[in-house]
Amino acid sequence: MAQTLFEKVWNQHAVRQLPTGQTQLYIGLHLIHEVTSPQAFDMLRARGWTVRAPHRTFATVDHIVPTASVARPFQDAMAEQMTAALEKSCLEHKIPLFDLSSGRQGIVHVIGPELGLTQPGMTIACGDSHTSTHGAFGALAFGIGTSQVRDVLASQCLAMTPLKVRRISVSGNLAAGVYAKDIILTIIQRLGVEGGVGFAYEYAGDTIERLTMDERMTICNMSIEGGARIGYVNPDETTADYLAGRLFAPIGANFVAAKKRWAALASDPGARYDDEVSFRAEEIAPTVTWGTNPGQSIGVGDRLPAGADPDSLAFMGFRAGQPIAGTKVDVAFIGSCTNGRLSDLREAARVIAGRKVAPNVRAMVVPGSQAVRKAAEKEGLHEIFQAAGFDWRGAGCSMCLAMNPDRLNGSEVCASSSNRNFKGRQGSPTGRTLLMSPAMVAAAAIEGAVVDVRKILTLEGR
Amino acid sequence: MENSAITSVSGHAIVLRGNDIDTDRIIPARFLKTVTFDGLDANVFFDDRAAMRRDGGVHPFDAPASIGATMLIVNKNFGCGSSREHAPQALYRRGFRAVVGESFADIFFSNSLMIGLACVSLGADDIESLMKIVEGNPALVVAVNLESGVATAGGKSWPIQLPPHARHALISGQWDGAGLLLQNYADVEAVDAKLPYSF
Repeated sequence: MAQTLFEKVWNQHAVRQLPTGQTQLYIGLHLIHEVTSPQAFDMLRARGWTVRAPHRTFATVDHIVPTASVARPFQDAMAEQMTAALEKSCLEHKIPLFDLSSGRQGIVHVIGPELGLTQPGMTIACGDSHTSTHGAFGALAFGIGTSQVRDVLASQCLAMTPLKVRRISVSGNLAAGVYAKDIILTIIQRLGVEGGVGFAYEYAGDTIERLTMDERMTICNMSIEGGARIGYVNPDETTADYLAGRLFAPIGANFVAAKKRWAALASDPGARYDDEVSFRAEEIAPTVTWGTNPGQSIGVGDRLPAGADPDSLAFMGFRAGQPIAGTKVDVAFIGSCTNGRLSDLREAARVIAGRKVAPNVRAMVVPGSQAVRKAAEKEGLHEIFQAAGFDWRGAGCSMCLAMNPDRLNGSEVCASSSNRNFKGRQGSPTGRTLLMSPAMVAAAAIEGAVVDVRKILTLEGR
Repeated sequence: MENSAITSVSGHAIVLRGNDIDTDRIIPARFLKTVTFDGLDANVFFDDRAAMRRDGGVHPFDAPASIGATMLIVNKNFGCGSSREHAPQALYRRGFRAVVGESFADIFFSNSLMIGLACVSLGADDIESLMKIVEGNPALVVAVNLESGVATAGGKSWPIQLPPHARHALISGQWDGAGLLLQNYADVEAVDAKLPYSF
């Protein structure tokens, strides 16, 4: 019978049905970080349990790490304590830790793929909602809470209920200046921030098939912003090409065999979906959020909707019917697990090259990983950013959620390539976030206001 | 937190209106700088409450009626956003034992279940009437019977929706299912052995 990728991977990892009716699902890859794991290790110790599969568990530090000076001990005593707790637990349980001295540290959802840990057909869990990112490889990857982190540490399993699958098809050619970020913001705008609850999103169609792995990751990353705990793309040549030669990827004959196996995981023609929706790429514009959830967005040339939520408008200091273009920005942030990869920095640098950040705009680039930072420096991207007036930082989550010193002050407006525009998200309770693509953030930094990136430079469509 | 059967929950309630209340609002990220869950209750809805005070209002969590409340009544997609278990932990430690709402985000729902915080759904109209009744009389006892699937308050009753696995887990006391996952571990090893992973 024709099956979706979801069904194939789920069935392969299902251990048994639990008394509650849920499935005991085996987790093939468990990624941990410093913020959601300390309590899990304590719970483990309290019950006298140990880590069942250290070889399927990998750790890094990302949420809380400073991006300016990483000298130890950190200036923030709590950041130091949390990092030290992870180091101790990893040592005690023999879990590989990609720490700041490793050259491989970075946002957990950037380094997993980069190291080749993330592979098609896996089940991947991490105590972070943006674990959906890894679905770009045709894995079932989802965020979990700390008690579930404990469960995976102890048993390498989770109690899960199967999700329905919604096929989201995007067809046609993207206009110049329109990116993966615009695709996913448009999908969430149409389907709603609750639309994906109970679903896994399968992204398909010729537009998605032509996207690079970096771009597919941007789309899968924000599945959770649409309520879907899992988002995935069927594996293909692009997937295999990306993985070839990566540290944890199979090599030689094993790679050839794996590639064949990965291709067979793709949803079968005729597979049954619980829902199907489609989008036209041509209709997608550079998109900007105007409100306090990621579903509240419009094209950069549009005006705020007449029926805009009054509470969101009041928080943002906007009014219904006003254009979003021209909105003054105080801060420009390029980074995060959504858009902190090398191709994101390249696109932003194309916009920045030879230009200057507007006076009064505080602009920073935070590469998603140490490897991204190094590769960008090899290409000279850091010089382009620095010459324009951007801060060039170390790797981490940084101002996406502001658990480190990078944050908004007061009611600053931030053009941000991150994933959440929730109230207070970027560290100031009254700070305001406008989500957009890295190229659009770069354009806003130069202009000092929201502007259509296509007005800054001529870009080629795809 | 003892792992015991939860068949019904009751007590007086707080009404918190609004759709899509995210976990960043329930517990802002700066309060995640901790290696325990202790003390999170003091900072629940910290920024929302401060904003309300600044505007001269009183947040439902600061109203006198909130003291000792065990039931929280909310609207749609409660707990969306971040997977931080700190959000349900903060609510639980604040004394809540059930959240009654139109709907819940997936991760929040499963995190809550793991710690024995029951999240039950009522239809939109039913939530509205329950909210009005409680707003009219904050001292009223709201009760949710997980076995019979009924919520009651002020002499009225409404049918609740609760996924079968959550209902079973709560009323059988198996909501913290870590022990179950370790039983017959040879079955798990058999699945692992068949996986064609490269590491």
